[in-house]
Order: sequence, then C-alpha cells, then structure tokens
Amino acid sequence: MGGERGEASVERVLLAHGGGGRKSAQLISGVMLAAFDNPALSELADGGVVELGGVRIAVSTDSHIVSPIFFPGGDIGSLAVWGTVNDLAMCGATTGALAFAVIAAEGFPMDDLRRVVRSAGAAAERAGFAVITGDTKVVPAGEADGLFVTTTGVGPLAEGVDLRPARVRPGDAVLLSGPVGEHGVAVLSEREGLSFTADVSSDSAPLSRLVEDVLAACSDVHAMRDPTRGGVAAVLNEIAARAGVSVEIDEAAVPISDAVSGACELLGLDPLALPSEGRCLVFLPEADAGAALAAMRGNELGGGAVRIGSVTAGAAGMVSAATPVGGRRIVDMPPGELLPRIC
Amino acid sequence: MTEAFADPAAAAALLGRIRRHVDEGGPAGVMEVCGTHTVNIFRSGVREMLRGLVEIISGPGCPVCVTPTGHIDAAVELVRSGRVTLATFGDMVRVPGSRGSLADARSGGADVRVVYSPLDALRIAEDIAPRPVVFLAVGFETTQPAVAASLARAKSGKLDNFTIFPVHRLIPPALSALLSSDELSVDGLMLPGHVSVVIGCGAYEPVLTRRGVPGVVAGFEPLDILGALEMLLRMRSRGEVGVRNGYKRAVTDEGNEAARRAIDEVFEPADAVWRGLGAIPASGLRLRSAYSDFDAGRVHGISVRDVPDPPGCRCGDVLRGALPPPECGLFGVSCTPESPVGPCMVSSEGSCAAYYHWGMR
Repeated sequence: MGGERGEASVERVLLAHGGGGRKSAQLISGVMLAAFDNPALSELADGGVVELGGVRIAVSTDSHIVSPIFFPGGDIGSLAVWGTVNDLAMCGATTGALAFAVIAAEGFPMDDLRRVVRSAGAAAERAGFAVITGDTKVVPAGEADGLFVTTTGVGPLAEGVDLRPARVRPGDAVLLSGPVGEHGVAVLSEREGLSFTADVSSDSAPLSRLVEDVLAACSDVHAMRDPTRGGVAAVLNEIAARAGVSVEIDEAAVPISDAVSGACELLGLDPLALPSEGRCLVFLPEADAGAALAAMRGNELGGGAVRIGSVTAGAAGMVSAATPVGGRRIVDMPPGELLPRIC
Repeated sequence: MTEAFADPAAAAALLGRIRRHVDEGGPAGVMEVCGTHTVNIFRSGVREMLRGLVEIISGPGCPVCVTPTGHIDAAVELVRSGRVTLATFGDMVRVPGSRGSLADARSGGADVRVVYSPLDALRIAEDIAPRPVVFLAVGFETTQPAVAASLARAKSGKLDNFTIFPVHRLIPPALSALLSSDELSVDGLMLPGHVSVVIGCGAYEPVLTRRGVPGVVAGFEPLDILGALEMLLRMRSRGEVGVRNGYKRAVTDEGNEAARRAIDEVFEPADAVWRGLGAIPASGLRLRSAYSDFDAGRVHGISVRDVPDPPGCRCGDVLRGALPPPECGLFGVSCTPESPVGPCMVSSEGSCAAYYHWGMR
C-alpha cells in the first residue's frame, strides 16, 4: 500500500502534455525554456529565426506520431513534410530544404515504409523543398509503436518580412484561410470507424504559395499561425498572451463543414480546438485586410478565406467569441488532449 | 449547432418575453440538472444574454461529478492490482481519488482504456479474452439502456471475462432530495432533455407537484433553452407547478418504454450515495440476481469505502447548487482543469470547468 501511495505523487509525463493546449505550454515553459532559454526561442513562434552570414534563416522541426499512419487525405509522410514546410511559412520562409528522420519499430511492413517515404518525397516536391539529409533508426518491437517521423527545415527570409506573435497589436484584423478541423475529424474517423464522416478528408497541404501571395499583397503582415494541435482556440490564446492583447471573434464567421460540426456534436468536441493541417490564421493591420483576403481567395488553398475577428486593447490574453444566437463567451485555451496522436 | 435553433431574431424575441416576465415578477433562479445544459448555456452565450434576468444554477447533472471518491478509489485499487483491464468514459479517467486518478494508475502501468460506449468495452473484452475487463459504468437514465444492452449481449454470447462496476444514478430521486431541503431556493427546474427521452415528462410530475415547483423539460439548442426558460417564467407568473414539455420534438409524456424495459431487465433500483447529496433512497441501480455473474463487485471483490472529499474541495456544495463555482476557495487557484482537485473541474460537463473555460471574467 505504501508503494501505491507514492505512485500518485510522482510527477509523470501525461498524454495531455502533448496535446497542444495549456498542459503543453506548461511543459514548454517549465522544462524546455528552463534549459534552452534564448531570445529567438522565447518568441515561441512556429520556428526560430537566426542570422547566419548576413542572411536571416528560419529553422523549424516537428515530430509526427499520428495514428493511424494512413488516413483520408494524407499519411504520416506528407503530414510530416508539410507540417515543417508550414511552420517555416508561418515565419515567412517559403523556400528551403528539409531533413527527414524516421524511427521504425522492428517488424513494421516495408511496403508501408516505402509508401510513406514516397508520399513524403511527392509532398516535398509539391512544396518546392528538397530533402537533403535524413536519418533512420529501428527499435525492437514494443519499444515504439509503428513509425515516428521527424522533419526539420531551413529557409531564408526575404527583406522586411518579420512575422512574430509579439508584433500583433490592437486594431489588427484576424483572417482565416478556410474551414477548420477537417484534419482532426479525418484522422479521428479513420481511427474510431465513424461512418458518418466518410466524406471528410484531411486538409493537409503546403501553405508556402498562399503565404507568398499574402506577403506580396501586404507589406506589413504582423503574424501568421497554422492552427494544428489545439486548433484555432490555442493559436488565438497564444497570440493574445504573447502580444498582451485581447482577441474577439465572431463564432458564426468561422467556417466549419457540416461533417465536422456533426462529428463535434456527437463526440462533444469543440471545432475551435480541433487541428487543421492546411489552414492559417493571419494577423495584420485593418487597412490591409481586404487585400490579404483577396490574395488568399486567389490561391487554390484559400478559396474559403474569411475575416473571423479583431484584435483589441482589452485584457491581455483574453479571447472571446460573439455567439451565433447573440450572446458572448470566452474561448479558452484547450486544457489538454483526450484525443492523442492526431497530428 | 443547427442554425435554425440559433436564429438571433427568434432569440431576441424570446429574450424580450423573458425580460417582461422579469419586469413583472423579478429576476429568477433556475436550476438545471444536465451536463449538456451546463455546457451549452455557456458555449452558446445564453448565460451572458440572461445576465440580470435569470440566474442558472447547475445541480447534480454531471454523472462523473456525482460519483463519490470512494468509488473512484475502489476502481483505481482494482486496476492497479494488475488483475483486470478497466474501461470507462474519458472524463472519469482524470477524476482524482484519494490515492490518485485512473490516469495516474495508467501512467504507472495499469491497463485503463477510454471508450465512447459500453459496446466498445464489450468489444475490448472479446478482443483480449480471457483477460478480465471491467467497465466502470457511470451515467444517468440516458446511458443506462446501452449498458443494459451490452450486458444482455454479453450474457447471450456467454462472454465470461466482462463485468461492470455500476455507479449509475437516477435523476428524479435526486430532485426529490434536493427540493426537500431548505437549502435550495429556486423558481423552477430546467429538466434534462436526454434523460427525459427515456423516462418521459410524467416521471417528474409527482415530485414537482409534491414540492410545489414548476419544471420544464428542455432541449439543448440555444432557442430550446431560451424557450424553456420563457415557459418556466410563464408558469411562475401563473403560479403553476408540475411539469411542462419544452422539448416535444424528442420527448413524450411516457418516455421510451423499450429503453426502460431494457434497463429493468438487467438492473433494479438501489439506495445510492451521491457526492454532495449523500445517500438517497432508490437513487441508484444494482444488477439483478440473474446478472450477478457480470457484477464486478462480486466477481473481483470490490469494496467501496466511505472516503472524505479532498480537503478544501467544495464540489459537494456546487453539486447541490449551494455554491457558485467561482466562490470556492480553490477555484482557479489550486484547482484548474490541468490539475483538478475535484470532479466538477475535471469533467467536460462539470460546472466548475464550464465556469473556468467559458465564464466571462
């Protein structure tokens, strides 16, 4: 009994620490920043920016553990490549090169590995990135589950491009490039066998060209974020906290497909907290909102782009939504994750 | 949310009528007893719309929240023994017991599985037989038919490694206990739509009439909720008591006879302990003797002890509607959704979690 008593008090890594919500933020600030703290890292953007030999370079890395490995609209290979391509794009880097590393469990089907790597190659080509290095490790069966993929990317930043959460300020418009949550529901429905979501495919896609279009149309974009783990709710809360501002959104303006909203209702999920893998949020001065929306809508990935809200000078870190019925509520940071391994 | 049930013009019209009732009869206090109501009233923004008009108090409507600490301890102890795989609903896993939660047990190596339905738990039992699988069955009348169906299937399939640890609770006896105390003073009850689909409107009539309180069965869309409140205030202004049906597209007077028969085939009412409300006669369910082979308590020798709630935790008061969550000394300080002290902060349907996530601060 004494042993059991001790067990509850030992602090352990929980699944929720990987969910992209508040628990992840605590892990990052309490464990990671404590060890690595420096100005570039403490921006807590999707990637870090460093000046090397007179050129500003964005660097980003991401590990992918999605289960199942193949899902409607993608697989772990394309997801891993575009995940890093998109993180670089959110820093403003739309060209560059990638490293690709896999950890496979002994016994993993070779054909599945070929399929994943071929898909990753095609994904890199579509994004205009070359995979220039990589690594492979195999662990005994049981020490890892299936296949884990890590990608790392580097890319140069154009003159004048400075996308950082801390630059967001009151008066900025908040734009969203398309419907949210499709990746989350696609993976979930494949895993849980939800039949009514059969027509939902992951929105996974490379955002580099869309970002180029926006940056070409508007000279003073303050920040961009892709709503992956923790969804739109997590991004808005991170931005509001980092920039010391409030964000107010119009919930009815956030595009959500019927299948996603049906799945959310059935499973009790908040669509604002579900991950997308091919959407982005753009924060920029009100005066540029129209031009940015037009630029996004002119791109094949931004046809559903809309304005969803505004940044205000209200309480720092506060995110609220006007509800469809005419009320108001807080949009909180998703606390953790009951649906692990979704991206 | 279905757009037709969130039409802002229709909502404004209902709100205008609610305002007129309040102008005549004063602000109202209404208790709801359903986790989905708790959540939707916040998420839809209806709570903010009603500020100064109707105060909505959350009662014991979250099945995870009303489960006593002693039952959680018993489940944790059982699964830590390594003898069984335990399956239950997601929120249940994170509720702290006096010696950790099921999630703590899982991170220490115990086999705890999260399921969306009791049939998923049954499937796990089929997959990993002969290893024993225990389903920790929480839930009100809404969940009970599916649990009963899974047991009927286990019995007919002669599945001998599947048992349940029932912590089911019944809504009408809890309402009766709440309304008989002097502590609670409300103008009416907003009655749970899903539970009422099974038990029917008529099930509330005796207790509401006896206690002289009006109640309206409500659906879950913003207009359902506003419409039900408007009906309640109309009943108040006319001095009416008893039950009215504000959710006629889903609920009848008689309820769902087949679902009730399925429950009755497997379970019988039993006295039960609720967190916050204590022991209430005939407010829980136990397995009938024909199903005793599926009773985890008997098969695995589970003993439930009377364990005090965590120090400082006032979930019990919150569940009786006696304390608004933000007035608990732990709320948002030492008790948050990330490190919850009591179940009302854990469950996605808990009222503390709802105030924490969505309450305008």
